[in-house]
Amino acid sequence: MTTTATIGTKKITIDPVTRVEGHGRVTIHLDEENNVQQARMHIIEFRGFERFILGRPYWEVPVLVQRLCGICPVSHHLAAAKTMDRIVGGENLTPTAEKMRRLMHYGQFFQSHALHFFHLCSPDLLFGFDADPAIRNVIGVAKDERYADLAVQGVMMRKFGQEIIKATAGKKIHGTGAIPGGINKNLSIQERDMFLKDIDQMVEWSRQALNLAKNYTVEHLEDLASFGSFDSNHLSLVREDGAMDIYHGNLRAIDAQGEPIFDQVDYQDYTDYIAEEVRPWSYMKFPFIKSLGPEEGWYRVGPLARVNACDFIDTPEAEAARKEFMAVTEDKPNNITMAYHWARMIETLHAAEKIKELLNDPDLQGTDLVTKGERRHEAVGLVEAPRGTLFHHYQVDDNDQVTMANLIVSTTSNNVPMNRAVEKVAEEYISGKPEITEGLLNHIEVAIRAYDPCLSCATHAMGQMPLIVELHDACGNVVDKKTRD
Amino acid sequence: MTKPKVATTSLAGCFGCHMSLLDIDDRILKLVELVDFDKSPVDDIKTFTGRCAVGLVEGGCANEENVHVLQDFRNHCDILISMGDCATMGGIPAMRNTIPLQECLDVAYKTGVTVYNPDNVVPNDPDIPLLLDRVYPCHEVVKIDYHLPGCPPSADTLWEALVALLTDKPMELPYELIKYD
Ligand code: SF4
Repeated sequence: MTTTATIGTKKITIDPVTRVEGHGRVTIHLDEENNVQQARMHIIEFRGFERFILGRPYWEVPVLVQRLCGICPVSHHLAAAKTMDRIVGGENLTPTAEKMRRLMHYGQFFQSHALHFFHLCSPDLLFGFDADPAIRNVIGVAKDERYADLAVQGVMMRKFGQEIIKATAGKKIHGTGAIPGGINKNLSIQERDMFLKDIDQMVEWSRQALNLAKNYTVEHLEDLASFGSFDSNHLSLVREDGAMDIYHGNLRAIDAQGEPIFDQVDYQDYTDYIAEEVRPWSYMKFPFIKSLGPEEGWYRVGPLARVNACDFIDTPEAEAARKEFMAVTEDKPNNITMAYHWARMIETLHAAEKIKELLNDPDLQGTDLVTKGERRHEAVGLVEAPRGTLFHHYQVDDNDQVTMANLIVSTTSNNVPMNRAVEKVAEEYISGKPEITEGLLNHIEVAIRAYDPCLSCATHAMGQMPLIVELHDACGNVVDKKTRD
Repeated sequence: MTKPKVATTSLAGCFGCHMSLLDIDDRILKLVELVDFDKSPVDDIKTFTGRCAVGLVEGGCANEENVHVLQDFRNHCDILISMGDCATMGGIPAMRNTIPLQECLDVAYKTGVTVYNPDNVVPNDPDIPLLLDRVYPCHEVVKIDYHLPGCPPSADTLWEALVALLTDKPMELPYELIKYD
């Protein structure tokens, strides 16, 4: 642990934030008495997708943009494909195409949530936030005889989800299944039977994981209720009847008490409702609900927001779990940051139930895969990614070339909440402490991890640099920073 | 006997190569019989604890920090591997190489359709690494011992390569495992 004195203040850097997907850094500024003056999470990469995609043919986009993120490539693949469906006038997909895409998406939820819960977060929950960092990882979990089975379950659940993605998209990571107006394959009987063999086991393991997350939250409720928690608005897609739907629906936003801010908004009009603020003191854009303005309009997305915002879940076990979840806060929205884990496991069970339902649907063996209609020049495509609402928006000209691209990735919407969580935990656990240990710093990362941030996605157009340098200059140019050690 | 160590990092990549490494699934339990993991985003080791036998690098170099991390990996690893197309040749992020960087920034902060920026500011802070003029493949920055193509390389490719290196066998990957998509 090293701290440095800068002008009048000390600064601690957590770099990189680990056991999250992607590259991030936290800086905490302290005064002489170790009181926290400022705590922030930074995204330190910039890639510029929205610019370099211009001029590419539209059919390339669903395959190209998923290189934003290797953790949830399916989300970008599908959001882009849904936009391009409208560009080719093929948004009324054939049943086979829509169900194959849904199967792909539930497979991705299943693998992504399992990865997050077992591989990345379980060490914190099982060993404690300030356990020895040498064992505080998934291998530590696997080597502990109390939890070895659990680690294997996590690995096998993720594998199942990845195999579903491979069977629907062609490849586990960066597949090609969804094409403008449809899908390029159906599910063979052999593939279906292979999954049917394992699905009951997956449902059972999802129940167990849900119980683990629920019991953990309920047992620690008193501490967790304040840990990095705060009231917020919540945003999610919901189906027309108010059900949770991660593939398609309309936008709903509620406030911290559950009162609607807007409901059943057609997302083609999203620019009327959502904007992203640029603030001089931060590198990240701050999405907000326009009617509430930048100060009040920020919101959370992801499992917590989805479970809070929907009226019900259309699979029986997940719906029962949702009711139990909502009962804790007397049917008002749950605003506890660490409750994300519980909500995420409800969705995992929901995904398993949905996969089972789809596998038994003969439409998946249909052969009518693609539709098209009248061309459009502009469209918006949304899905609920594992980490929250994902916006893709493109314009395409008569030469089939992309002329405008705008993306709001899920993690961006959680920027304000994550920074709030970091501030709160820093205040509570770091401020005024004579010695700041590694374990205390991990508390901050625990709060960030609850959001399952995908910093890979978030870097598509974030991060800002004071100037642009040549490679040879860069080598000698060290930013003032210290790393904990 | 202490086990050899493996370190991994993601530079200007999408994490997909790391995900592919996790796609070795239950073989990960065999892998940790062969090796210990050192610095890696999947554990909480943030700085090298010692010399590593193998370093796996995902992503090319897009900013000065990527360069520092890559040099650090070269200094600590006996064998350094470019994992995936981004590390090997810049990959999709290198599509920005033909475009003036300022244009990328303007789209992100000023002209994007959902941007709300009344003061027309572009944020600026020393905690953000300086961007390089373009995205560089790793071997243009440090010496790289092996290149594993693929976006990402398949789990089998990564597994075969690692096991060969760690057990001192020749790395003879079958043709099917060498792919660029
Ligand atoms: S090679 Fe492909 S999978 Fe690997 S980091 Fe680059 S874009 Fe991601």
